[in-house]
Formats: sequence, C-alpha cells, structure tokens
Amino acid sequence: MKTTGTVNVMRQFKKNLPLTSMAFPGILFFLAFSYAPMFGVVIAFKDYKYDQGILGSEWIGLKNFDFLFSSGAAWTITRNTLFYNSLFIISGTIMAILLALLLNEVKKKWFRGVLQSSYLIPYFISWIVVSSFTYALFNAQNGLLNPILESFHLRPVDWYTDGTYWPLILVIISAWKGVGFNSIIYLAAILGISREYYEAAEIDGANKLRQIWYITLPHIKPLVIILTILAIGKIFYADFGLFYFLTGHSGLLQPVTDVIDTYVFRTLQVTGDVGMASAAGFYQSIVGFVLVILTNYIVRKMDNENALF
Amino acid sequence: MAKLIRTDVPRTILSVILSLLAICCIMPFIIILSSSVSDEMTIIKEGFRIFPKDFSWTAYKLIFQYPEDLLRAYGVTIVITASGAVGGLLITSLVAYTLSRREFILRGPLNFYVFFTMLFNGGLVPYYILVANVYDLKGTLWALILPLMVNAWNVLIMRTFFVQIPEALIEAARIEGAGEYRIFFRIMIPLSTPVFATIGLFLVMSYWNDWFQALLFIDDRKQLPLQYLLYNVLRNAMEVANLSQVGGQTINAVMPTESLKMATVVLTVAPMTIVFLSIQRYFVRGITIGSVKG
Repeated sequence: MKTTGTVNVMRQFKKNLPLTSMAFPGILFFLAFSYAPMFGVVIAFKDYKYDQGILGSEWIGLKNFDFLFSSGAAWTITRNTLFYNSLFIISGTIMAILLALLLNEVKKKWFRGVLQSSYLIPYFISWIVVSSFTYALFNAQNGLLNPILESFHLRPVDWYTDGTYWPLILVIISAWKGVGFNSIIYLAAILGISREYYEAAEIDGANKLRQIWYITLPHIKPLVIILTILAIGKIFYADFGLFYFLTGHSGLLQPVTDVIDTYVFRTLQVTGDVGMASAAGFYQSIVGFVLVILTNYIVRKMDNENALF
Repeated sequence: MAKLIRTDVPRTILSVILSLLAICCIMPFIIILSSSVSDEMTIIKEGFRIFPKDFSWTAYKLIFQYPEDLLRAYGVTIVITASGAVGGLLITSLVAYTLSRREFILRGPLNFYVFFTMLFNGGLVPYYILVANVYDLKGTLWALILPLMVNAWNVLIMRTFFVQIPEALIEAARIEGAGEYRIFFRIMIPLSTPVFATIGLFLVMSYWNDWFQALLFIDDRKQLPLQYLLYNVLRNAMEVANLSQVGGQTINAVMPTESLKMATVVLTVAPMTIVFLSIQRYFVRGITIGSVKG
C-alpha cells in the first residue's frame, strides 16, 4: 500500500514537473515583488533603521500609528482618497457604459474603429505628458483657460493655488484618460450578447431604450460587478501620477488634493520618516484588503453568482 | 421616405456626438504638436493654438544641438522597454499557460497565489526597502526593469485566452510525443497572437511611460529614462516661468521654454503613439477575448 502511494507521488511529480518548471519564474517573481513586501509590513511596528535592517530594527508597537493619527494628516488623506476614488468609480463606470452603448449603435466598422482608437490614445500616455497639457490650460501666464473665462467676463482663476475646482478637474481628466479603455471592455461584453434576444424584443415591439434596459444592461451586470469589486478593492489606492504631477505638487492645493499615496511618498522621500510612511502604508493595505473582502461578501449575499471569489 | 428620415436623424446626432468626443481626445496632442513648431513670441503673446501661426523649428533645433541627454534617455527607455517587455511576455505567458492546463496539479493553489496579489499588497515602504536595500537594485537599470515585468492582471488575461484554445490540439501533439515546452512554443504561441500583442502593448506602455521606478531608485542623471527627462524639462521650464513672473517681466524671449517643452513632449509621445496605432487592431481583439470571459 505504502509503496504504491510513493510510486503514485513519484509519478505525479514527474508528470507535473515540466509544467511546474514553466511556472517557476512567475512564482519566483511574485514571491520577490509581491509576497516579500507583504511580510515587510511589519516595518510599521518597528523603529526602522537602515543599518539594522527590517528584522534587526526595534519593535515599538503602535507608536508610528500614534504619530500618524495624531498629526491630523490621516483624516485629510483618507477623506480625499475615498472621495476621489468614489467619484472616479461612479463617473467612470457610467461614462464607460454610456460610451459603449453609443459605440454599439455605430454600425460602420471603420468608423467605430477610428472612434475607438481616438478614445484609447489618452490611455497610452503618461501622467507627466498629461500634466504638460493641463499646465498649458491652467498656467497663470499663457494658459488657454483664463482668456476664455475673461472673454465671458468671468474672473480669471489662479488654478495652482485655488483648490475650489480641482475635484471637478481631476474627475474630468481621469475620465478623459480612462473612459476609452473601459468602454472597450463593456463594448466587448455587449457585442457578445446573442442577437436573438434583440430580434425577439423587436418582434414584441420594444424600442431601443427598452432593449437596452431589459437586455443589454442585465447582460453586462456581472462584468460591472466584477470591475466594481476590483475597483473598490483599490479604493484606498490613489493614482499617484494623477495627484502628484497634475497639481504641480503645489502645497497650496494639498488640503484638497493630498491622497494616501502622495502622502506616503512625500513622507518617505522628502521627510525621510520611514515609520510614519510605513504606518500610513500599512493602514492603506489593511483597509483596502478588508474593503475588497467585504464588498465581495455583500455581493455574494445579494447574488451568489456574481461574487468574484 | 418619412421612416428613413426618422431613423437617420438620431444616427447623425450620434455620429456627431461621438466624433466630438474623439476630437476632445486628440485635440491636446494637436495643440502640443502645433506649439512645438511655433515661434516662442507668438505663443507668449497669443497663447497656444491649433494651427501654428509663425512656423519655427527653433525648439527642435535647440534640442538636437545638444542631443546627449535626450539620446541617452531614449537609450535607457528603449533598453528597459525591450528587455522588460520580452522578459515579461515570456514569464507571464508561461505561468498563464500552466494555469490554463486542467490536469496541472498545482493549478488551484497557483491560481490563488497569483490572484491574491491583486487583493493585498505590502505598500510602498516595504517595497522600497526591499528593492533598494535587500535586493540592492538602487541605482541600477534592474530597478527599472524587474518590478514591472509581471502582474496578476496580465497573467489572468492570458490564462483566459489560453483556456479557449481547443484541448484536442494539445492532446494530438502529446500523442505525437511533443513535450510541454514544445507544445507551448510550437502550438500555443502561434495561436495566441492577439493576446501576445495585447499584453506586449501593455508592457511596452508601462515601461515606456514609467517614471515612478526612476523617481524611487535612480539618482544618476545618466540613467534617467525618457519620461523622467521630460519631467525635469517641464519642471525647469515652470521654474523659469515663475522666476520671470516674480521679476515683474514676462519676456523670456531668449529661451524658447514653451515650444521647447512641447517639442520634448512630442519626442516622448511619438514612438509610443506609432506603436499603439500599428498594433491597436490586435489590441482591441485581445482585450475583448481576454476580459469578457474572465
């Protein structure tokens, strides 16, 4: 009995060896760049010294968190991160679906192709390049926007010191950059819906809007849910480049544009305060993780089939 | 006749709206291109415009007068993009292939192992300390290449694509006596052009556009990638502009800062745009197949 067991294990091992060896570089990669940093979160509970290393540094309990939460920064960056990401998720999803529905009505293939490519182009450039566009719009000397405001007899705005309009600006720019890509994903799902449903609906006399409401939207619902769960899992992670470059890291805008990621980066790179930065990072990782588990749990309660895991 | 008009009006409105949106997406690029070949004084006096008014190559001439920085940055970016994209494609596709094979004994655990990295990550500080101090990659090009090579999202898209390739093909090859590597390189890769193009484009894009790794790990200006060079140019120009504003004079005619900035942007964006336009055909297909069924 025992020997056949060993033989079986040996045979299994031999059979799976080539595939395992193929997976090996990938396994190693995730170990080095994803899992090792996960264990590194213990730094948040230590008084990290470069010369003593992660393991050698002294444990100090929750002291780093004390500093973080008593500084008042924690509240500002949490509020900003959640506020912007919620706005981005809601506006981004609605706009992407809307655009996909409209694109679906374009029947000429070449025209749809040209449109799709145009919408995708912003997705492929860096935030640094985008920041050069926004600087051309907003700068006080020869920005494009202030003369337009003046021509409507409105007061010019000092964009890089006045935070009032930044929530709107960031939402628009974020949509401009991302909507093309997301609409492709939704359009693909829409194109995958069987024509028969629509033909049946047409025979029953349903108009376009009713077809969209009763056929298209229910069919893309699972995809919307999956993408939203994933987005909520990242709701504690801000798009660093967006908030760092577009604002020209102007200190005056920080109350309305400082998010967890920019805070962690600044604390680490400028102030050099590893303790505080890692406390903020730990807080981000844990809350983000809890949120994705929670969202998935709620989705599973409501509608088991659409849960992600 | 009446019916024709009734159905065509909404369609025309639709086309107009969608075309306007497309123009919104492309317009900034046109303005940048136009500004880069405009006379500096015209930009300062009249602002940016869609068509260049006083045509001038000054900005490009200036850049290519001392091209060392730019060429070196191009070199760095091309090296990290090429090696990162090739290495990334290989590792990603190999691991994705094993995840697509139903009889692979580690499939379940490995799936979770990859997927979990999408749910939880250690954050910036441990990552920085590991790469900089433990792996000791700070100040090397490896710090720009390795961290971006593989991500769970790409692996899952590829896996979804591979799952759809009929298993009979693999069975047939196995009966012929082909090993796993042979099956992968001779059968799977040739059948998977769209998804390789898609993930390849994602990788090329993330390397070409990367500045974050350089911001964290590179101090030596000889190793700066293109995006970071652009960032420096923009930042310097901003400082020059602010200085001249403080001084109470808006004339900096000697240094064509605006057109110079825009010309640098053009030189940074152009190669990526060309790559995108040449493989976007596959791209839409790859995304479509990889994401919907996933």
